[in-house]
Amino acid sequence: MPQTSIGQVHATSIIFFLIFVLVTLAITYWAAKRTRSTKEFYAAGRSITGFQNGLALAGDYMSAASFLGIAGLVSTRGYDGLIYSVGWLVGWPIIMFLIAEPLRNLGKYTFADVVAFRLQQRPIRAAAAAGSLTTVLFYLIAQMVGAGTLIKLMFGLPYELALAIVGSLMIAYVIFGGMLATTWVQIIKAVMLLGGATILVLMTLGKFDFSFAELFSQAEALYTVKFMQPGGLVSDPIDAFSLGLALMFGTAGLPHILMRFYTVPDAKQARKSVFVATGFIGYFYILTVTIGFGAAVLVGQKIIMGIDAGGNMAAPLLAETLGGTAFLGFLAAVAFATILAVVAGLTLAGASALSHDLYVGVLRRGVSAEREEVKVAKIATVCLGVAAILLGILFKGQNVAFMVGLAFAVAASANFPALLMSIMWKNFTTKGAVASICTGMVLAVLLIVLSPTVWVDIIHKDEVQAVKTAVVGLDSMAKQSQLRIDDLQKQLTVATGMNNRNAAIETAISIEKSSLADIEAKKAEANTAMPAAIVKYKNPGLFSMFAAFFVGILVSLLWPEKEAAAKYADLKLREYAGIGAE
Amino acid sequence: MNGKMKKEDLLKDPDFKKLVAQKDSISWMLTVMELVLYFGFIGLIAFSKPFLGMKISGAITVGIPIAVGTIVLSWVLTGVYIWWANSRYDDMVQKIKDKVGG
Repeated sequence: MPQTSIGQVHATSIIFFLIFVLVTLAITYWAAKRTRSTKEFYAAGRSITGFQNGLALAGDYMSAASFLGIAGLVSTRGYDGLIYSVGWLVGWPIIMFLIAEPLRNLGKYTFADVVAFRLQQRPIRAAAAAGSLTTVLFYLIAQMVGAGTLIKLMFGLPYELALAIVGSLMIAYVIFGGMLATTWVQIIKAVMLLGGATILVLMTLGKFDFSFAELFSQAEALYTVKFMQPGGLVSDPIDAFSLGLALMFGTAGLPHILMRFYTVPDAKQARKSVFVATGFIGYFYILTVTIGFGAAVLVGQKIIMGIDAGGNMAAPLLAETLGGTAFLGFLAAVAFATILAVVAGLTLAGASALSHDLYVGVLRRGVSAEREEVKVAKIATVCLGVAAILLGILFKGQNVAFMVGLAFAVAASANFPALLMSIMWKNFTTKGAVASICTGMVLAVLLIVLSPTVWVDIIHKDEVQAVKTAVVGLDSMAKQSQLRIDDLQKQLTVATGMNNRNAAIETAISIEKSSLADIEAKKAEANTAMPAAIVKYKNPGLFSMFAAFFVGILVSLLWPEKEAAAKYADLKLREYAGIGAE
Repeated sequence: MNGKMKKEDLLKDPDFKKLVAQKDSISWMLTVMELVLYFGFIGLIAFSKPFLGMKISGAITVGIPIAVGTIVLSWVLTGVYIWWANSRYDDMVQKIKDKVGG
């Protein structure tokens, strides 16, 4: 085991973390006085500027998982990690060109507002809330399990205690400070993360005379030219396109991201915030990739993978190598803050789907007093927070990495097509929207469950293990049997001329051979019991997203809705010119 | 023009039609450019790995500037949209808003 103080509780990390908690709680206290109406609770009173919202959006998107995960992926797999980071960015221009301004002009608090703008409120809100909640819950579980593991790894805190701390703090931010506090927590965290990563990159490049060429050539010298080339991460072209689609359009369907566009005063600020966010996120990924290459050279893959096989500790280890325990402590605190901010944003988005869409939109048929709606939103926040902690504990030790992919696939298939068609297509109907959302959601979840990632690696994990053990056992039996046959055959040559003995040996050989054939047959039979994935592809995006569009269009054409088409004129004026926007 | 226009008439207004047409063509043009950029990159990875693995200078392979370029160009495209919207779109919107008086 190499020398590292990762996993121990440092004075510096505790001090930095306590400062962060105190500052954010002070902000929450300040925000609490400004969080009474629904507009304040869900949308920070539309008081956030475009630049601030850009930072907050970046904060929402730059999770600890992407920071540590991409740095780890690059440090262990080189160029393949870079491919991944590109995929996480390309959804943002799509948000800019197709979604941000219409969303801001047409809606109030949630993206369901936009879909329901000229369609029937209750069915749309129920379906959209289901899509939002599915996305948020999968994302939340992945974040919570990651949080518990990470905090345990970095601070040595027990898993359950870590979840309880994260859960209680996030509930406090959201119920007392609403969107205003959540936004500022997000901004502070984004600045800390970007600042910490920048310092780490400057320190790294300092070791290479501030030359990327030098960094890359040392990486190549250590890990051969393959490290700088695309490898096996993207093997099947269809899977690659499918993943690309889910990442690109899933970003444009994430409820906690979409909700942020209501915190700015108008469409102009909304588009400005996407420009700022895209810039910061792109910069952040370039930093993260550099950190990955730096860690591979300065720390070494052996040490990185010795601490965590997935490479997740590459960035903290590099920080420790370059800046000692003080810098490691700072980065650990940043990672903790990052998790906290992301789960707070997710919880707020989930709570707004429960209160604004389900409670007010569906149960109360759109009629509810402001105070009542805020109260319901706060109750929903507590329920979701507690659920997040419990789900985190339930999924402890499970492989939940696929859940982030699932959240993006559902967002791209259930939320994005309905949102886009409701904005762009005059003849879109209530039935079409509900059918599209349900198709996208069910198909995305179903295809992932039946894919190799879940069907083989998780659901049939024990069977796979049993078959593997059986095959290994049969293999060694076969080997022994083969050895015995070889042995007998040797005796055969030695004993030429002794007919009786030879005949006996021949018999022994044929018996042994038939038992070997038996073993081989058993092996083949054991292998047929190996669970196979029902769906070959790991990424459902391509199929579930196109099915959602197709079903939405088909159902809308088969059952037209005159009222919805008639309201399109109103929508158009508001969408393009912001006339009547809230 | 006498007084303010009604919302219904506005839809047939040439200025509003121009606004919609321009906004749509810019939005879709940039969307298609982003799709070509990203899926072109994915296509290279899927079908042309050796090309991305070719060396340019020192240890730097073709794939590195292409990947970083995809990130930077995506941001530049959002910048192009902002530039268009600030210089053209906002004025057109203001003109329409003046017509309905709000």
